[in-house]
Amino acid sequence: MEQSFIKELQTIVGDQYTLTDRESLAVYGYDSTPELESRPGVVLLPGSLSEVARILALCHGAGISVTPRGSGTNLSGGSLSGGGVVVQTSRMNRIVEVDEENLTATVEPGVITSALHREVEGRGLFYPPDPGSMNISTMGGNVAENSGGLRGLKYGVTADYVTGLTTVLADGELLHTGGKTVKDVAGYSLNPLLVSSEGTLGFFTSITVKLIPKPRAKITMLAHFPELNQAALAVSAIIAAKVIPATLEFLDKVTIKCVEDYSHVGLPLDVDAVLLIEVDGHPAVVAEEAASVEEICKRHRCSFFQTAKDADEALKLATARRTALSALARLKPTTILEDATVPRSCIAPMLQVIQETARKYNLTIGTFGHAGDGNLHPTCLTDERDKDEIARAHAAFDEIFDAAIAMGGTITGEHGVGLAKKRYLPRLVGESGIKVMRGIKQAFDPKGILNPGKVF
Amino acid sequence: MDYVKLINCMRCGMCLPSCPTYKETFLETASPRGRVALIRKVQEGELDQSERLLEYLSLCLDCQACASACPCGVNAGELVTEFTCERKGGEGLSFMEDLVLRRLVPHPDRLEASLVPMRLYQRTGLQKLVRKLGVMKLFPESLERMEGLLPNLPARPLRQTIAEVTPARGEERGTVTFFLGCVMSLIFSEASRATVRLLSELGYRVVTPRNQVCCGAPNMLSGDLDGLKEAVRSNVAVFGGIEADFIVTDCGGCGAELKHYGHHLEGDPEAAAFSAKVRDISQVLALHQEELRAKLKPLPLTVTYHDPCHIAHCQGIRREPRDLLRLIPRLEYRELEAADACCGSAGTYNIAKPEMADRILTRKIDTIRATGVELLATGNPGCLLQLKKGLAEQLPQVGIVHVTELLARSLDGTP
Repeated sequence: MEQSFIKELQTIVGDQYTLTDRESLAVYGYDSTPELESRPGVVLLPGSLSEVARILALCHGAGISVTPRGSGTNLSGGSLSGGGVVVQTSRMNRIVEVDEENLTATVEPGVITSALHREVEGRGLFYPPDPGSMNISTMGGNVAENSGGLRGLKYGVTADYVTGLTTVLADGELLHTGGKTVKDVAGYSLNPLLVSSEGTLGFFTSITVKLIPKPRAKITMLAHFPELNQAALAVSAIIAAKVIPATLEFLDKVTIKCVEDYSHVGLPLDVDAVLLIEVDGHPAVVAEEAASVEEICKRHRCSFFQTAKDADEALKLATARRTALSALARLKPTTILEDATVPRSCIAPMLQVIQETARKYNLTIGTFGHAGDGNLHPTCLTDERDKDEIARAHAAFDEIFDAAIAMGGTITGEHGVGLAKKRYLPRLVGESGIKVMRGIKQAFDPKGILNPGKVF
Repeated sequence: MDYVKLINCMRCGMCLPSCPTYKETFLETASPRGRVALIRKVQEGELDQSERLLEYLSLCLDCQACASACPCGVNAGELVTEFTCERKGGEGLSFMEDLVLRRLVPHPDRLEASLVPMRLYQRTGLQKLVRKLGVMKLFPESLERMEGLLPNLPARPLRQTIAEVTPARGEERGTVTFFLGCVMSLIFSEASRATVRLLSELGYRVVTPRNQVCCGAPNMLSGDLDGLKEAVRSNVAVFGGIEADFIVTDCGGCGAELKHYGHHLEGDPEAAAFSAKVRDISQVLALHQEELRAKLKPLPLTVTYHDPCHIAHCQGIRREPRDLLRLIPRLEYRELEAADACCGSAGTYNIAKPEMADRILTRKIDTIRATGVELLATGNPGCLLQLKKGLAEQLPQVGIVHVTELLARSLDGTP
């Protein structure tokens, strides 16, 4: 990157917020995606919308690429840049407004997801999306990736909450879409298009999300199943009984063993599956739903069922699920966490495919995740130095994704395509899908400077 | 350095929100994940040990909040210290480091003597005069800061005045040996006196060996591994010779270091046995809550607790100090937001990196202000020094006290 160009960027954001040294560029070369690394040309930390607009106008003129970055917890390589400008949003971290009359919150892109949770919950309101990284992930990143989380089953994902966006377009112009209204059918719906655009269509500088009243009661339950199939059937039966739990999480045998070895929470090693179930809402409804869940689990031959008596006990019951990733990740140096997603009626066959594939390629794959919405996290435990095993892991995931597509599922439920899943996307959306997406990209960013090389 | 420890980091970023320097800067180079990556890239030959890289690493407080947050068990703080030590190992100590770490710290008599001029400085009224005239402005800034941190010193260090054996009050339930931290003895001797008294009240015979030496933490911090091992050997020999149920300390920093002796002298069974016996005072007191409650008199105070990094993150102790404070009748306990976030003291960090230390301290003082308490309790001398200064400057209506000192006041019923 030319020194004179860097000088111009410096005049926009200031020296302090323009990083060009070897060391900084090296550590901005990764995000949370295993095995992927690149080297940006410069990293900027702007403090305002107008600085972002000026950066984009300048880069657009010079034909230099811009990649937005929040906290760098992307799981598909979406925040990596080879030689371009990385723009970190962290300094733009104000919760601009919580509008209790319209039930909306407006935030800057660098606001941490859990900080928004705390702010609105303090007022009896609720912003449900809760990705696993919510204590550090940014709202800008959540919108760009359309992040999900544990509560997706009942409450949906980020896209279901975004009502308004201010987006800086590739050439630095501003685009305002939506706002605080519940209804809005003026022209094409651009918000859903921008949500999950992975930084390839524009740079969000202001995000308005809708809020809902905070559920008044919650009951947490835990069930052990000696047979995997019965656990899967119990999940389907709960949904069929018209109970939509806030959380319906699953751990498989490999994960159970790892969790027990690591945190000794008293999980029996002879069970095939553990379900963590939370129902929330009006106290009377919650009590009724919890009774149904218990009855269904027992009918599906669970060997153990417990309902938490208070918040402390609820926390204890949730421990196994909360420590699942830690327990798995400690076993081997490299952890490849995927998010293949299937229609929830296909959970049992999908789990079977994962287990058979792991056996076939001689891999350790633990699976946990959001059983209620079909979003599983098969997690391969490996060692990046073992090239042969890494190759087998990729071959296994190749088959797992194909199986997910064949079942009417998707290659990614919540992590995004980025670089990591690029080669699988055509299999899912076909030629016509890629063609339409390219057309959209062309309309927003004809020079192709926004996060180039991602998605397709 | 063990390469596997570096590649265990899966770069998930869970450590970022816990890191005080990341929260201040939002810079990846100032985050635990970034530090591990920098060290890894040096090991892999991609980066050199440039001045800038070392400067980035030196911003780490080694508060180990990242280790508490890490799903994979990576301890970035420890890795940075280890990396710095290995580098130092090749370089040797500077003249000043040699003087302080080898000739002063391991010898309690000399260390205590070195503070005599300070004590005179305070007692003769010279300190008041110096502060009034602003004379310190003429000296390097780091000296001025050190002067500012210095609280009133006790007349004599506790090590010189405390009995080697304090008998149990009432029926004797056992014996503990007391590890007297240098700073506790030299500066916060009242708190350590309270510690011994509480143990004795609860039926412990307390042995305080006079020939114990510094725990070695300053050596570790400066990368002086030989000096550290010397300290470990001395203390293991001194304490190994006394039959005791526990080795108790009321200094969080010493406790964390003492619990690592087994690791420092790997394969030495006596060092491992030593570490296995070490307890923070709060752990021992919390074993006897009912008895303690019966002895405590009301203190009508509002109190909060700051978790020292060396107690919460390095030793995993969070519950016991809070349980103990709640035992005091009529004391209203209020939880502090981000109670386990570092206060910026971090050994000598507040002298080496004053600007960052001040930012972190101000953030801490703001959370204390938000609780509206009258008194802050904690359990580590570094935090006591740093927070005492911070409160005096920014929130003078709030006092600060070691947990044991507050419990001792409750024994007497005098707030």
